Amino acid sequence: MGRSSPLFQLYLTRLREFYRQPARIFWVYGFPILLAIVLGLAFKNRPPEPVAVDLIDGDGASAVETSIDTYNARLHSSEGTKNVRRDRPPILVHKLPEAEALKRLRTGKTALVVLADAGKSQPVTYRFDPTRPEATIARRVIDDVLQEAAGRTNPRPAEDLYVTEPGSRYIDFLIPGLIAINAMGGGMWGIGFLLVNYRIGKLLKCLVATPMPKRDFLLAVMGARLTFLIPDLTILLLLGKLMFDMPIRGNVALILLVDVFGALAFAGIGLLIASRTSTTETVSGLMNLVMLPMWLFSGVFFSAERFPAAAQPFIQALPLTQLVQALRAIILEGAGLFDVAIPLLILGAWTVVTFYLALRLFRWT
Amino acid sequence: MSQPAVRVRNLTKQYPGRDAPVLAVNGIDLDIRVGECFGLLGPNGAGKTTTVEILEGLNEPTSGEVEVLGLRWGTNGREIRERIGVTLQATRFPEKETVRELVTLFRSFYRSGLTCEEAIGKVALESKLNAFVEQLSGGQQQRLAVAIALVGDPELLFLDEPTTGLDPQSRRQLWDVVRDLRDRGRTVLLTTHYMEEAERLCDRVAVIDHGKIIALGSPAELISRLGGDHIVEFGLIGDGEMPPADAFSGLESVLQSRLEGDGGYSLTVSEPHRAIPALLAELDRSGLPLARLTTRHVSLEDVFVSLTGRHLRDGDSESTADAPRTRRRGRSRRAG
Ligand SMILES: Nc1ncnc2c1ncn2[C@@H]1O[C@H](COP(=O)(O)OP(=O)(O)OP(=O)(O)O)[C@@H](O)[C@H]1O
Ligand SMILES: [Mg+2]
Repeated sequence: MGRSSPLFQLYLTRLREFYRQPARIFWVYGFPILLAIVLGLAFKNRPPEPVAVDLIDGDGASAVETSIDTYNARLHSSEGTKNVRRDRPPILVHKLPEAEALKRLRTGKTALVVLADAGKSQPVTYRFDPTRPEATIARRVIDDVLQEAAGRTNPRPAEDLYVTEPGSRYIDFLIPGLIAINAMGGGMWGIGFLLVNYRIGKLLKCLVATPMPKRDFLLAVMGARLTFLIPDLTILLLLGKLMFDMPIRGNVALILLVDVFGALAFAGIGLLIASRTSTTETVSGLMNLVMLPMWLFSGVFFSAERFPAAAQPFIQALPLTQLVQALRAIILEGAGLFDVAIPLLILGAWTVVTFYLALRLFRWT
Repeated sequence: MSQPAVRVRNLTKQYPGRDAPVLAVNGIDLDIRVGECFGLLGPNGAGKTTTVEILEGLNEPTSGEVEVLGLRWGTNGREIRERIGVTLQATRFPEKETVRELVTLFRSFYRSGLTCEEAIGKVALESKLNAFVEQLSGGQQQRLAVAIALVGDPELLFLDEPTTGLDPQSRRQLWDVVRDLRDRGRTVLLTTHYMEEAERLCDRVAVIDHGKIIALGSPAELISRLGGDHIVEFGLIGDGEMPPADAFSGLESVLQSRLEGDGGYSLTVSEPHRAIPALLAELDRSGLPLARLTTRHVSLEDVFVSLTGRHLRDGDSESTADAPRTRRRGRSRRAG
């Protein structure tokens, strides 16, 4: 392929057009990175948040305060030792007159109001809205503290084991999903939207009026799309590896192969969408029609298995579902080529069918 | 030499319209000779772009025969594309490419042609060689489109409204490009709304209206076909009832009389030195004072107006039927 061959020049044009657009670079690279960082931090494992309660200033209030102080002190001194139940958060108490505490409860400024009578075996009243999760948690935590302070013993020792192994955290689940989302976005924006814009600007018409081989044009657009896949993939894998210590258990070449299959399937869908469309509104609508169900159902942000069994055949037929599942299997479980043969077949079928239809329908003018 | 550069027989093009099908081209016959500059004139929606795009192989005719450089689109498309150059009506090139990069890209499509610098030089864009498309003015982008059409060194160049939106200097530059091509024996087909441009540039013009050719010939022929050589234009003072246009058509040496959109009158006259005294006498007799009076030579624009009943750039109304109505409205506003 010489420097002055149409294919090479068209390919070069596409590359330049992309890397000279900082805004586009942000949406393709910056945005998924930001998303990974924000979601990764939001779902990071952390010690539990302290529980805040309002205590009505009355006869039993100081006894309650003492119990809670003791509990907090014990929690603090045993930090890091193994036999502390880590779901037990520290407790913050505000002692307030009754009227003010109730007002704070009504206006949602506090989740739980505690009223204790004097004396260890006298009743305690909890006021809270049972539909607020933090209120029921606070109630349970405080009640345990007060009951144990009043002499309750827990006859059966219990131990909680938390899953924080790299490879099974939310961020590990998320990054393969983001790689797949990028392949989908690339096909929609980098092929579908691009071609429609070319058509609106009459550039397609202008090109087809020259002896340019049409095949070269489509090959160049596809080639550029696959080229951009490499930085897409590298950046997200490195981010996972370096920032979140995500394991990459499978073969990187296989990851690339699966990503290329995914990208081709989405390129085919993008091409199909663009084959006749000649307004920005229509192409945006079609792109949303394609992307929205996949964002929701394909298990990028939460597992696709949560959806009812009746919906599964539809969900499993979506290219994004197959791409996400195959990428997760390779990256997190070290799956080999044969393990991802079915996703590859399904993605391949999408590619063949969409390209076949798109090339028959495609209008240059 | 006998073979024309473009040969069109009974060309029609029908678009499926919203209410009724639109007959954009309604039976056109055309022969464009090798080495001539041919102009297609016509109001908005006349069918110029449709015709040109069929000749460029970008649109399918509904019926009729088209031969370009002796070849047919169905069988020799690729060969024709090697030998023609096309500038569309307003193309949007990718914003982040430089002028040089785009011209280089288009050069790569042709087996032979100009160098990138030559093509850019022809449209005098050398100073913008490394500028991005988005940094070019509208007129410069238009010239870039022409450079792109020239880069394959075409035998036949199509220019659809190449000078719309250009400043007078850029327009003249583009005329030079066209003359240069013609001097080298190339054929140019251009559409335009500018009569002056067609008069100066074109060897022959065809006036199209409603998808039909209503006049064909050299600008001088068309002008002489109108009869008179002179136009007398005048306006009357006051906003009372205006006499109808044909009140003046019987005057000595007046060939045609028309009411203009601005409320003035326009007379086509063979001998101004007889017509003007007759006109003044008539106005004096009916007590109508004169607000202004000018005379000038007949131009292609007058031919156009007399043929189609409206000015070339009359509004921008899509529907050609609107134009006369607009004029009537203008008159009644004045009268009332
Ligand atoms: N794709 C289309 N679908 C339907 N109708 C069309 C289409 N393209 C053009 N037309 C109609 O065909 C007629 C001729 O249009 P055309 O673009 O050839 O006019 P034109 O002479 O180039 O006008 P202008 O001077 O405004 O460029 C118009 O009435 C237009 O509305
Ligand atoms: Mg037009």
